[in-house]
Amino acid sequence: MAGVIVRTLSVPKRQLGLLGQLVNNQQSRSYADAAPEGKKVGGPLADEDRIFTNLYGRHDWRLKGAMKRGDWYKTKEIVEKGADWIINEIKVSGLRGRGGAGFPSGMKWSFMNKPSDGRPKYLVINGDEGEPGTCKDREILRHDPHKLIEGCLIAGRAMGACAAYIYIRGEFYNEASNTQVAIAEAYQAGLLGKNACGSGYDFDVFVQRGAGAYICGEETALIESIEGKQGKPRLKPPFPADVGLFGCPTTVTNVETVAVAPTICRRGGSWFGALGRPRNSGTKLYNISGHVNTPCTVEEEMSIPLKELIERHAGGVIGGWDNLLGIIPGGSSTPVIPKHICDTVLMDYDDLVRVQSSFGTAAVIVMNKQTDIIKAIARLISFYKHESCGQCTPCREGIAWMYKIMQRFVQGNAEVHEIDMLWELTKQIELHTICALADGAAWPVQGLIRHFRPEIESRIKNFKGQKVAVTR
Amino acid sequence: MLRLPLFRAISRSNGRLTSAVCFHNSAANQQQPQQQPELIELFIDDKPVQVPPGTTVLKAAAMVGVEIPRFCYHERLAIAGNCRMCLVEIEKQVKPVAACAMPVMKGWRVKTNSALTRKAREGVMEFLLVNHPLDCPICDQGGECDLQDQSMAFGNDRSRFTDINFSGKRAVEDKDLGPLIKTVMTRCIHCTRCIRFASEVAGVDDLGTTGRGNEMQVGTYVEKLFMSEVSGNIIDLCPVGALTSKPYAFVARPWENHRTDSIDVHDAVGSNIVVSHRTGEVLRILPRVNEDVNEEWLADKARFSYDGLKRQRLITPMLKIDGKLQNVEWEDALVAAARALQDLPPNKCAAIAGCMADAEVLVAVKDLVNTLDSELLTTEQEFPKSGAGVDLRSNYLLNNKIANVEHADVILLIGTNPRFEAPLVNTRIRKGYLHREQNVAVIGPKLDLTYDHENLGQSPDIISQIKSGSHPFCEVLKNAKKPMIILGADVLTRKDGDKILAETQSLCKNIEKTVKTDADWKVFNILHTNASQVTALDVGYAASLEEVKKAKPSVLFLLGADENIKKEDFGESCIIYVGSHGDNGAQIADIVLPGAAYTEKTATYVNMEGRAQLTNAAITPPGMARPDWKIIRALSEIAGHRLPYDDLHELRDRIAEIAPHLVNYGEVEPSNFLKQVYELAKTTQGSFLPDPIDIKQKSLDQFFMTNAISRASPTMAKCVQAVQKQKQV
Repeated sequence: MAGVIVRTLSVPKRQLGLLGQLVNNQQSRSYADAAPEGKKVGGPLADEDRIFTNLYGRHDWRLKGAMKRGDWYKTKEIVEKGADWIINEIKVSGLRGRGGAGFPSGMKWSFMNKPSDGRPKYLVINGDEGEPGTCKDREILRHDPHKLIEGCLIAGRAMGACAAYIYIRGEFYNEASNTQVAIAEAYQAGLLGKNACGSGYDFDVFVQRGAGAYICGEETALIESIEGKQGKPRLKPPFPADVGLFGCPTTVTNVETVAVAPTICRRGGSWFGALGRPRNSGTKLYNISGHVNTPCTVEEEMSIPLKELIERHAGGVIGGWDNLLGIIPGGSSTPVIPKHICDTVLMDYDDLVRVQSSFGTAAVIVMNKQTDIIKAIARLISFYKHESCGQCTPCREGIAWMYKIMQRFVQGNAEVHEIDMLWELTKQIELHTICALADGAAWPVQGLIRHFRPEIESRIKNFKGQKVAVTR
Repeated sequence: MLRLPLFRAISRSNGRLTSAVCFHNSAANQQQPQQQPELIELFIDDKPVQVPPGTTVLKAAAMVGVEIPRFCYHERLAIAGNCRMCLVEIEKQVKPVAACAMPVMKGWRVKTNSALTRKAREGVMEFLLVNHPLDCPICDQGGECDLQDQSMAFGNDRSRFTDINFSGKRAVEDKDLGPLIKTVMTRCIHCTRCIRFASEVAGVDDLGTTGRGNEMQVGTYVEKLFMSEVSGNIIDLCPVGALTSKPYAFVARPWENHRTDSIDVHDAVGSNIVVSHRTGEVLRILPRVNEDVNEEWLADKARFSYDGLKRQRLITPMLKIDGKLQNVEWEDALVAAARALQDLPPNKCAAIAGCMADAEVLVAVKDLVNTLDSELLTTEQEFPKSGAGVDLRSNYLLNNKIANVEHADVILLIGTNPRFEAPLVNTRIRKGYLHREQNVAVIGPKLDLTYDHENLGQSPDIISQIKSGSHPFCEVLKNAKKPMIILGADVLTRKDGDKILAETQSLCKNIEKTVKTDADWKVFNILHTNASQVTALDVGYAASLEEVKKAKPSVLFLLGADENIKKEDFGESCIIYVGSHGDNGAQIADIVLPGAAYTEKTATYVNMEGRAQLTNAAITPPGMARPDWKIIRALSEIAGHRLPYDDLHELRDRIAEIAPHLVNYGEVEPSNFLKQVYELAKTTQGSFLPDPIDIKQKSLDQFFMTNAISRASPTMAKCVQAVQKQKQV
């Protein structure tokens, strides 16, 4: 699901340095836009800069078609250049994890590049795309699987991994099937397996299908699930880079992150880094859904203004831009932002943090003024209640409680002071659990209260008024 | 939630990782001395503390006396970290960390009582109580409930829970885990302690979670009996009233009970227990922590067979009149017994000690029989007299001590099933197997020991083959660093028991020669099944059952001896039964003198490793029953051979004369004469019988009723029934 659950960073804070502070520390969020010099705004993306050239499946997704589009071109040379070169290219490109947390990929991959203690290392690809609103990985898995598989080889080489496990959401039957076919093709063509691409490097790729649990998109739960256990997040430390899949050093990365790696290596990190604002570089798959005229998945440059993204690619909001109520910018677990913020905000990590939301997976959910925003958020909470693994107390009990309150808010059958209580409740849940699912459930509610409190209050008032009318 | 592959991977990798996930402290201690790591300094509430790297915040806090509240954390189980009660603030970190799982870092300033920490605890408490039923007044955990206590200490003082739709709290169907454990699953707070105990300590992977989120349930999925011999411990582990004792249900509140420290006598482990009692009735039995013996666990037979103390009891003296046992007064019974003791020729008075006889009565009877010019003293479970016999303690003890069992790297079990003969020794072996890659092999029938082991076969010849080096297992033993050979006491009652003993000892001698073990590491060990056995051998119950039978004694004392004794063998003897229960022994007796059970007397028992421990009298013996040694003392006076002690102190002085270690309570005298034992073993002649080595207790249903008390216990009977029913499914 590549969901925002992945937001629990897989490295200790001290290793994160300044960036970690920015991503993690809510209090310092407002500093996030201490904008470095460079490009101020992104987009539109030129056609020659597109990485995913078969996003809509109009061309052949198999090996022949993929090679025609440039995949597997000079992969051998890239692999032969070695781990340090690849990691350096990724660092130069400024690529940040596309699964939601936005951790710099070059740094993450370099954690694996330590001398081996005899245990094998693994690369795990997180294709458990379950976040409501997010549908980018499936396009890669079914229409451009060779980009991913080539990326596995290159990322695997960078980490010194001996094998990659691609964990695909159970509901993605056709996607898993296409990926499997593509892997078979790659093996037959000698691109994988022993002496992959003739580079002398041995590398295997396996596909593992999930069984329909959102929580398995959390990296340690995903590892548990591959191991055949219940998908319940593990305690960290030890981090997967120390003790991961089958007790061996492991890195879990999103499908999109890995799939863009070959193109970065071929065209150079500086090309990728020049797109988008500094620290938010590159291109990104955006999923635009909800109340827009033409919902779509599109590859665009980072830092494109949200309004331009919607108007240019999704045909605008139904009923016009002025009919916009709010937007959930990065998949269901990110806080909603109201129209006046949507007018100016840029779609990248730093700018969305500035407005107290999050870039997440760039799954833009648009809601126009005909939306019952309270009901919409209540529905999201019902999703998180259903998907909580039940391990940690705050998540197990807290989200269910939150949902009970939200249901009453939908009717207005509540007291005004309960809004503050709900706010406090979200604060009791947030940051108190093993993984970030609970945070992802708390944030939409926080967004709702932050921006739509008057809406809740008026509904409570109306409900009381009706009751008085009935009793008379 | 047992993550063994993870654990094992960590233990194989470098030390830094080992420390990241903390094992049980003794495991950590074992590894520390080799590395001598530098200490890390950190501050708990501004108090500086120095700890080895890898220590968790919770343990570091405990070192300076700061107790961090917890529900899921238990020091003897793997860390789950899911209750979130132990969240504490670390200065300069936004997220509070789970103290139970987080290894400390240098210079951390942990705040265990800051606003953030208190708020986090309050929040978790509130969440736990949201779905916890308000049935404390009818909950058996009341008074010893972690949730109650911690909610008082760390919770909020008012409720914010409004349920205007009357949707109620979460309700969960109760599970049927068998006749011992009562479940009220609505009360469960999902700490998973029971699951971790079942999979790690008990080795029965039946418990787990089903469902997820708010619908998560702890249970067995398919309803079935929790088939474990140590199942009762999950009652103690459960921090709330979800798992409580079924026999103790609605019986008493903990604050109404008197508690008496005592020792368990159902097996030879000598588990430390607390007897909870009120108005002269034992209400329940709980384990007491003793790191050297039972840690904090207790076997089910020891925990639940206490209702057998009230049934089948001998409460008046009885005499066989007209072929029938009839109630009489003490005076008549003692006079009749004294009359039988008059004018006996030498070696015409004998005594057989049962499995629960204490040191006091054993010494008193020995003194009495000796004054009557007889040495015919034996135990119902025979011990070979050849070789060192009972002269050297090393010949019949678990020399290496129970606590060291978990440190062995290779264990060879011969003719014993520790899972049922000594469940708490078995949990030690399992611990070694899980955390130290212990190799276990068995000579005997196929067994389920809860851990993987190699079955070498059933023939006693295999011992000789390993000794001569022709058996492949010999290699494993040779390459071991800390090997242990554990010989079952029951297999020594065979006709060729002496040969088995001698051959095993000579095997041990060979191993000790090839493997350079530490001086205090003992390879040769005997696992006893009877609580009285070591005491009896210590004070010199040295004759064999055969000798006693042959001597045709005129008077035979049975000290609670119920096994292996037939009336036909002693047709001409006057049988005097001194014991607490009307079992096989009392049925064949001519005179029955009612004694006290282990909860009713202050008595000395020596466990299989030679550790003398004291039981305390929690209640008085029922009816006219009296402490056993007093009966013998009274009888001796009437018979005209007055024993020279009038009270317990004088008797203990006499015991100290015979065997000083028997009054050195709680300690194990080192057994240092193994070399001499090995030498003496050479004198044993004979050969093996062709019969395969067999074990009495092979399955769980054979575990529950093994002595007079457990045979009288309805709870144990229910357990047997439940296991047999489960087997048919």
